[in-house]
Amino acid sequence: MSEMQIDWAGLSPMIIVFGAAFLGLALEAAVPKRRRLPIQVSLAVAALAAAFIAVVLNKGKSATAFALGESAIGSVSLDGPGLFLQGTIAILALVAVLLLAEQRTTTGGDFVSEAAVVADSRADIAQRRDPGATEVFPLALFAIGGMMMFVVAGDLLTMFVALEMLSLPLYLLCGLAKRRRLISQEAALKYFLLGAFSSAFFVYGMAMLYGFAGTIDLAGINEAGVSSNEPRVLLYIGVGMIAVALLFKAAAVPFHMWTPDVYTGAPTPVTALMAGCVKVAAFGGLLRVFNVGLESSAWDWHAILMIIAIATMLGGAIFAVTQRNIKRLLAYSSIANAGYLLIGVIALGDAVGQTMFYLAAYGFTVIAAFAVVSLVRDGDDEATDLSRWAGLGKNSPGTAGIFTVLMLALAGIPFTSGFTAKFSLFSAGLEAGEVGLVVVGVVSSAILAFPYLRVVVLLWLNEPAPDAPTVNLPSPMAGTVVAAGVMATVVLGVAPGYLLDIVDKASIFLGS
Amino acid sequence: MNELPLLSALVAVPLIGAIIVASVRREQADVAKWTALGFSGAVAVITAVVALNFDYGSGAAWLQLTESYTWIGAWDLNLSWGVDGIALLLVVLTAGLTPIAILAAWRDLDSVQRSVPTFFALILALEAAMLATFLASNVLLFYFFFEAMLVPMYFLIGSYGTGTRRQYAAVKFFLYSLLGGLLMLVAVIGLWVTNGGVFDWQTLVAAEPMEAGGLQNWLFLGFFIAFAIKAPFFPFHTWLPDAGGAAPAAIAALLVGVMDKIGTFAILRYAIPLFPDATQTFAPWIIAMSVIGVIYAALVAIGQTDLKRLVAYTSIAHFGFIGVGIFAFTQSSATGAVLYMFNHGLATGLLFIVVGMLALRRGSSSIADYGGAGKTLPLLAGIFLFAGLASLSLPGTAPFISEFLVLLGTFSVNEPVAVVATLGIILAAAYVLWMYQRTMQGTRNPELDDVPAMKRDLTLREKALVAPLVIAIIGFGFYPQPLIDTIEPAVGNTLQFVQDAPVEAPAAGETNE
Repeated sequence: MSEMQIDWAGLSPMIIVFGAAFLGLALEAAVPKRRRLPIQVSLAVAALAAAFIAVVLNKGKSATAFALGESAIGSVSLDGPGLFLQGTIAILALVAVLLLAEQRTTTGGDFVSEAAVVADSRADIAQRRDPGATEVFPLALFAIGGMMMFVVAGDLLTMFVALEMLSLPLYLLCGLAKRRRLISQEAALKYFLLGAFSSAFFVYGMAMLYGFAGTIDLAGINEAGVSSNEPRVLLYIGVGMIAVALLFKAAAVPFHMWTPDVYTGAPTPVTALMAGCVKVAAFGGLLRVFNVGLESSAWDWHAILMIIAIATMLGGAIFAVTQRNIKRLLAYSSIANAGYLLIGVIALGDAVGQTMFYLAAYGFTVIAAFAVVSLVRDGDDEATDLSRWAGLGKNSPGTAGIFTVLMLALAGIPFTSGFTAKFSLFSAGLEAGEVGLVVVGVVSSAILAFPYLRVVVLLWLNEPAPDAPTVNLPSPMAGTVVAAGVMATVVLGVAPGYLLDIVDKASIFLGS
Repeated sequence: MNELPLLSALVAVPLIGAIIVASVRREQADVAKWTALGFSGAVAVITAVVALNFDYGSGAAWLQLTESYTWIGAWDLNLSWGVDGIALLLVVLTAGLTPIAILAAWRDLDSVQRSVPTFFALILALEAAMLATFLASNVLLFYFFFEAMLVPMYFLIGSYGTGTRRQYAAVKFFLYSLLGGLLMLVAVIGLWVTNGGVFDWQTLVAAEPMEAGGLQNWLFLGFFIAFAIKAPFFPFHTWLPDAGGAAPAAIAALLVGVMDKIGTFAILRYAIPLFPDATQTFAPWIIAMSVIGVIYAALVAIGQTDLKRLVAYTSIAHFGFIGVGIFAFTQSSATGAVLYMFNHGLATGLLFIVVGMLALRRGSSSIADYGGAGKTLPLLAGIFLFAGLASLSLPGTAPFISEFLVLLGTFSVNEPVAVVATLGIILAAAYVLWMYQRTMQGTRNPELDDVPAMKRDLTLREKALVAPLVIAIIGFGFYPQPLIDTIEPAVGNTLQFVQDAPVEAPAAGETNE
């Protein structure tokens, strides 16, 4: 029996994040309430920064993390795309965690520890005086660790564990809002129920694929797509089920129903985490499953995935037009963007790098956008209704200017990352021969520009209401989030060369 | 390569100016105005230097004064600049019209609570983007500025425009142009994929022409529709009356006078040389569209009740002439079309600016609010009439030469089109003269006497800013030869792709680099 070999260095980013999450849990029990916040925040930030550095140190690697003697065990594949996406998740999460820590805009932060306590009861008033619910940081770290595991998972079982790992803490985080608790808890329940369904789909699909291929290893399934003698219907059902679960997380039409409600109901920092990081993880998983596991059966799923991509692009854009709430608008825009990203998935190997570039660019922009949303407040509450944003440019030109840049980036105007990302993704799509998809993507972008533009109109061209919401001056925390997001948006728009180089080098999956 | 990066400077100077003006404090409106005027003046000076360094000989390279700096290597996106005769004329137009527009808008913001520095910074940003589109010699670089230009113009219309429909107009303008731009983006990417990753214009033009047929037709349409929206050609024109009607008059002068020319310029620079076969396939349709545009827009213009919308419609009619001139593919009609682009910028720019002066005095640009206004404003009325007559191509004014060349060239290959288009001149006389009659002559509108400003004729500033345009219109009306000499080599270079004679390998790749 040969020795088990483990690539500890390769696993170190995940170990750091999970370790910090457990440490954070222990600190919750050990440290007095008043001192927890700075400790938890610095722990989370340090862990994510260390994880990012660990990912960078692993660069260039293309091997499995576990091996039995000579034969590799494919449960964790450390390859270019996996590492790049891990790094992206770490850096985006680092930014998003700072938003979780923002306390100046509302005393005690956006979270309460016991959301189920009746609002305004004595217990509630007591917990509101507390300096915030610090358990969100270990919870977020668990979710982030799950995401980092999801993008390197090389077999379906590891993938499933990672999926649960990233989902369960998120369900909880969605329900911990201090304000508007009912819709927050409704969002959490909706997300949890539908998420549980999609997990069940995943397990069922995994069983089918196992029946077809005799293995849950992605590379093995790919081989079986050519060589297996089992009935092919098993493959179809399996692919369909797995795709449902993954597309649910990616928020593709028709599995998107939860997105607007959850994005709106969840506390805004959590929404930012979902829109930025979970999207990266979900598409990381999709890219890996389709590129490594299902490439050989591309003809079987190509048409149906195309229909889904078209429905997602058009559906997201058209529904976004009628939205009156900024968070819902961003939710539908995130759906439409999932559609564009699906072009990258469908284009397979040619578009992996470009899809990853899009994910990174979009992640920064959308996190900054949600950070700005969390700053515009009516008294203690966020002013998410768009009519309340009218004339913001007059009272707070700085914030309105930043949000305008972000909107223009989402609309894909040149000199922003939105344009460079769309350009590279669409060109990869055309190169792969997906002319129809790219044309639909362009039409959808044109439709989607309208809601973004309407926000810009509201900001600058309308008169503010007399009781217009105020923009709270952010603490350095949220300030850093906005600054980092806007800087990334502009830098990736003007000088994307460096990152394009990286994604180009990191676009080869192990075993594909 | 030249010793001085003149063309880079043309783009960089207004851009730097925009940043500086934008950072001026809101209270210091005068500082912002003078800084903006200074920067636009500097651009005009650099343009003069460029014009002096330009080789007007017929044996010169297609693109001159070329520069190139790598930007994003992976996409073959370089900061490549170069100028030919057509671009040179339009650069001169831009650099000349912008300071005049800044002067014309000098007092527009006195009575409204809007940031003055931002307004002038946006004008400079717009100038930079427009110059960049004329100077770019890289398809993707052109696209960058073609799209980015929408942002300053959008704010200029939406934030600083007049009337209740300015937001609607700004959004319509933006979405219309963006849709065109995105269709072009698909074609740009398609072009890139089919030719193996080249965006450099000189390389593309020097390469073997693309195979005729389906793909080339689609790519041509992607480019052409974007340009037709920008120009705008009938039936893609509906945004212009709204945008022109809502924009401040000085901005409308830039919008119609310069920005719309980017559409026709790009047809000559990109659509024809890159897709010659498709151009010929679609030419009859485009000519038909253009002729309909000439007649239709003129008829609609007659019925307008708002001065700015009326002028916007006259421009659509004029763009019809330009379209006919380009797609008739004769040397004289195409030269006339390019000359028309320049002269139309002068005449319509002047007309918009004069309308703006009227509207600022009266507080309205509705024709019904005037009547007999010329009695108290003799000089302004005179300039108004002059601009109107120039715009209807009266002999002796510059636009006459260009319209004549277009019709002459078209007549030699396609008589019916030339005859129908000529009808447009008669209609032009109708709308211009009737507009003048209803506003300046006839019974005086008694309400005008209650408006003290309607008794104040041209101020010194206003005289100073209309004078160069009037001189240019008369001067080039009598002596257009320098302009024609500038245009002809470039027009010849473009037309060699579509003329029936067997096309030899074009001499486009040779530059003085």
